[in-house]
Amino acid sequence: MAERGITPSQTVGPFFAYCLTPEAYDARGIAGNEIAGPDAAGQRIHIEGRVLDGAGEPVPDAMVEIWQADGEGRYPEAPGNAAFRGFGRAETDVDGRFVFVTVKPGPVPGPDGAPQAPHIGVSVFARGLLNRLATRIYFADEPANEGDPVLALVPADRRETLIARAVSQGVYGYDVRLQGEGETVFFEI
Amino acid sequence: MSQTPGRAYPRESLAAHPPNDAPAYASTRLRAPRRPLVILPHTLTELTGPAYGHDSVAEGENDLTLGHAGAPLGERIIVTGRVLDEDGRPVPHTLLEIWQANAAGRYIHVNDRHDAPIDPNFTGAGRVVTDASGGYAFTTIKPGAYPWRNHHNAWRPAHIHFSLFGPSFVTRLVTQMYFPGDPLLGLDPIWQSIPDARARERLVSSFDIETTKPEWALGYRFDIVLRGRGATPMEDPHHG
Ligand SMILES: [Fe+2]
Repeated sequence: MAERGITPSQTVGPFFAYCLTPEAYDARGIAGNEIAGPDAAGQRIHIEGRVLDGAGEPVPDAMVEIWQADGEGRYPEAPGNAAFRGFGRAETDVDGRFVFVTVKPGPVPGPDGAPQAPHIGVSVFARGLLNRLATRIYFADEPANEGDPVLALVPADRRETLIARAVSQGVYGYDVRLQGEGETVFFEI
Repeated sequence: MSQTPGRAYPRESLAAHPPNDAPAYASTRLRAPRRPLVILPHTLTELTGPAYGHDSVAEGENDLTLGHAGAPLGERIIVTGRVLDEDGRPVPHTLLEIWQANAAGRYIHVNDRHDAPIDPNFTGAGRVVTDASGGYAFTTIKPGAYPWRNHHNAWRPAHIHFSLFGPSFVTRLVTQMYFPGDPLLGLDPIWQSIPDARARERLVSSFDIETTKPEWALGYRFDIVLRGRGATPMEDPHHG
């Protein structure tokens, strides 16, 4: 079969909402910010935060997507896990805010079969981003972070940028800083 | 979608993408990360991904000229092609979402202030899922060029925005399709941000008389290649 070069990325631009996150346009999107149905396994949590630019200003036209396992560490394709889609999308508001309603993920297998600490895969899209930015959310109250093989690849002084902290019962705070002071760690995947 | 055994995602392929930092595109200046990306070995999180198959799309969502009281203004077109992997194998049953400006270059989005008319018969959003051979088709109208204030007298070439999932988190792609012969392409910092000219050309659709329907619509072909090769995990040191 003929080898083919991949199709390059371009920015999502500022006008995606009426297609990708169309709730404000009274239209049905393929996914919203509620990831877990009532029957999904795991502790129900909210993750809320802001997307900020290099001047510390809110980014009001970003889209954040998340992909995660359920509370038992099962991705949605696992048998018997129909209650959990694992994928969500949120458009930031005028203050750069987003929120996801989900369950806290369980540990999932890592590169060598050893478990990874509970985490969520994150994609950030916006005008001014020519590529999808990939990052992860970890949880401050997880002892497994210590031995996590991916966190170990991140310079120690930048790991904090990946860690969501409990701000109230069942609510975690997590900001994405695109550039500058406290810049979020983004991954090449 | 389930993890495909033996799938590999060579990192060399990423060279086709634009850099994050592209100063000629003004919006990158405060938004593009400055620190180097951390290389993430692919784990289950990256090798799995959401499955949006045929049940996620309703009948007719791939015809953007329908759903209103009348027909939209503009040149009716058919955009068709295949979604393939890097070996040229089809990517079946994967979701494409598209959005675009109307024939006058105006989006329905509330923040679009371009002084061009809204078309009451055109929204400009569509979806389709690829068939077993990776094929897809949309019916729509040709979008207009629009000004965007990036620099003096800046105009985006006519384009359709595309969003695709593919089989895993790694294959997620958002891009734009352009039209052949557009004089604005050479002046567009977004298209020009792609360093390799051959990669850039892959975003330009081709006019196709075979796809063109007599007395109805012009046809354009646009194939999309997502990351992924059939190599075994042993051949890719980055594979989880
Ligand atoms: Fe656009």
